[in-house]
Amino acid sequence: MSSSVQTLVNRPYKYGFVTDIESDTIPKGLNEDVVRLISAKKNEPQFMVDFRLRAYRQWLTMDSPTWPTVTYPPINYQDIVYYSAPKPKEKLKSLDQVDPTLLETFEKLGIPLTEQKRLTNVAVDAIFDSVSVATTFKEKLAEQGIIFCSISEALHHHPQLIEQYLGRVVPIADNYFAALNSAVFSDGSFVYIPKNTHCPMELSTYFRINNGESGQFERTLIVAESGSFVSYLEGCTAPMYDSNQLHAAVVELVALDNAEIKYATVQNWYAGDANGKGGIYNFVTKRGLCQGANSKISWTQVETGSAITWKYPSCVLVGDHSVGEFYSVALTNHYQQADTGTKMIHVGKNTRSTIISKGISVGHSNNSYRGLVKIGPKADGARNYSQCDSMLIGDNAGANTFPYIQVQNQTGKVEHEASTSKIGEDQLFYFQQRGISLEDAASMMISGFCRDVFNKLPMEFAVEADRLLSLKLEGSVG
Amino acid sequence: MTIIDESDVILSVKDLTAEVDGIPILKGLNLEIKRGEIHAIMGPNGSGKSTFSKVLAGHPAYGVTGGTITFLGEDLLALEPQERAISGLFLAFQYPLEIPGVSNLDFLRVAYNSRLKAQGKPELDALDFDDLVRGKLDIVKMDPSFLTRSVNEGFSGGEKKRNEILQMALLEPKLAILDETDSGLDIDALKIVANGVNQLTTPDKAVLMITHYQRLLDYIIPDYVHVMESGRILTTGGKELALELESRGYDWIRDNELVGVAE
Ligand SMILES: Nc1ncnc2c1ncn2[C@@H]1O[C@H](COP(=O)(O)OP(=O)(O)OP(=O)(O)O)[C@@H](O)[C@H]1O
Ligand SMILES: [Mg+2]
Repeated sequence: MSSSVQTLVNRPYKYGFVTDIESDTIPKGLNEDVVRLISAKKNEPQFMVDFRLRAYRQWLTMDSPTWPTVTYPPINYQDIVYYSAPKPKEKLKSLDQVDPTLLETFEKLGIPLTEQKRLTNVAVDAIFDSVSVATTFKEKLAEQGIIFCSISEALHHHPQLIEQYLGRVVPIADNYFAALNSAVFSDGSFVYIPKNTHCPMELSTYFRINNGESGQFERTLIVAESGSFVSYLEGCTAPMYDSNQLHAAVVELVALDNAEIKYATVQNWYAGDANGKGGIYNFVTKRGLCQGANSKISWTQVETGSAITWKYPSCVLVGDHSVGEFYSVALTNHYQQADTGTKMIHVGKNTRSTIISKGISVGHSNNSYRGLVKIGPKADGARNYSQCDSMLIGDNAGANTFPYIQVQNQTGKVEHEASTSKIGEDQLFYFQQRGISLEDAASMMISGFCRDVFNKLPMEFAVEADRLLSLKLEGSVG
Repeated sequence: MTIIDESDVILSVKDLTAEVDGIPILKGLNLEIKRGEIHAIMGPNGSGKSTFSKVLAGHPAYGVTGGTITFLGEDLLALEPQERAISGLFLAFQYPLEIPGVSNLDFLRVAYNSRLKAQGKPELDALDFDDLVRGKLDIVKMDPSFLTRSVNEGFSGGEKKRNEILQMALLEPKLAILDETDSGLDIDALKIVANGVNQLTTPDKAVLMITHYQRLLDYIIPDYVHVMESGRILTTGGKELALELESRGYDWIRDNELVGVAE
């Protein structure tokens, strides 16, 4: 790799610290007793224990997928801790009783949780290893009937909603990692927006993996009743360890008639060091069901972290005239591998979907887009537009595009465009010769390249995403 | 030998050797440029002219294996490419690069502000900068619509060269190196660009032109003409040397030099 590109990509990970905190951690390994133990620790209702055990038995019969273009040594599932929670000093009554070490940790990550400091327009659920430590603005949202809490809490206070929707969009047997998640998930966020309610603030979950040996298996469920609207953001980081940690999450979204869910992810897991050692394996299943007529679900993701990303946020467009959108920027660096994309399944009439994917590969990394567009037999007048652009920086990076298109209805219309551009050393030198630093050069080129996606992010997050991408590329020049 | 006033020297190159991919290209190059001077380098294809310009600008693909370069009293080789640019060295590329997705205006503004920032001066906001750049467009007779297009993307050969001079007009370098800025320009454009360069070359600045043709030197009259061959300056003369080269080619110089070596 050329020296200018080299300087560009050697930037230390900023969120790599470990919080020293006493935790309640169960021994490594997985069997039915561990599944029961997790459920017991959370004092869950019987239907949940059954759900988990069904999933576990299903998982035992499955194999991990081999089709993604990623390579990693086999994962030893008996060498992972499936439950780790910070020990509460005493029973919490309010946020101000949260362990100060944890508040400090989140503050260091830019997520202040205390009353005085927290973001005014964003409600946050903060998840540390296996459990939710705090949710802000819960009471205020409850005044409008909006439920925003950890999924463990929802299991106690709103069990009927969980029983009704959990596993509805991503069934237990959907895939290997979804089955594993369904068996062992420890926490996550639950959102319920009542009829005709426009959620007055951004909702956000921040995931932090702290324990080097624990996997993180969170579960997110968002239900938007008829005529409601919610905008949700997910963020994540992890300390730097030499070993790889597994993150296998499941996110399910349900939008009823005329409802709209915007789901944005700014993902910055630890990606491993410059030689590809360590980092998070991010094997995630995200799917939205546009169940009602005129409903709309949009996924926006900015992916910069993970050693390996395997993730395809999808939309199942059942309601007539429903709309699915996927906007993605995935940046890979060093030896990172990403196989990511989306599925748009058109079932109802006049359903529409848009896919805009921007992959940026630097260093020795490999970035693949994989997308399925399916127009079912009853989806009269369905339309899809897909655009997949790749940008390669330096000579050793790779990019692939795998579009799969299945059209079973002749009135459907599918358009696909793809491009690859290469940023060579000469282009970077051109910027430098005009007095522009490599960091500024890269961030100008990347923001130009990603503009269509950043325009879709809520304002604050667009700025954050832009900053994150430039940070990720910042060299140690000077 | 006369003792020169150091402050008058902008660039001093001594015994410079450089290679690319392990192949030696520059093989002992000496050159001195003072304030207010206009130099031209001519020489056959592949003799190392562009290599020399890129070594001066700090292109990472070229490795300096020996010699020294002093620029405005500083060791140029110790500076990063963007530091060289900020201290006043400008290279108009023989083949200007296309930068998709970045508007010409943003590119110019960041370049201009990077210099202000390095000098500890306040940066110009978008509106003030817009006024400034519009004033400069006239120097190269460029249409404002070029500002909103991506840098050099889809520009014709001649438009790219004009865009290089627009950047020069904005950045006001102490030393401008113009690598074949004349090639690809039609007659009118050549005059416009030459006028622009003359306008920008105030007595405290200097220009180093690389060219194959006399016609540029009709408009920008050089004080010195150097002939480069195999990575060295073979001979140096006044503006007449270029005319002589135009009519007789390079062979007679090679022959003269061989005689010189034999003596
Ligand atoms: N990156 C490179 N890799 C290999 N060889 C190179 C590289 N850059 C330059 N050279 C070689 O160095 C020699 C000098 O090239 P250079 O571009 O400096 O010539 P020039 O005098 O500018 O020629 P022209 O008049 O054609 O522009 C040539 O033989 C060229 O092939
Ligand atoms: Mg050349």
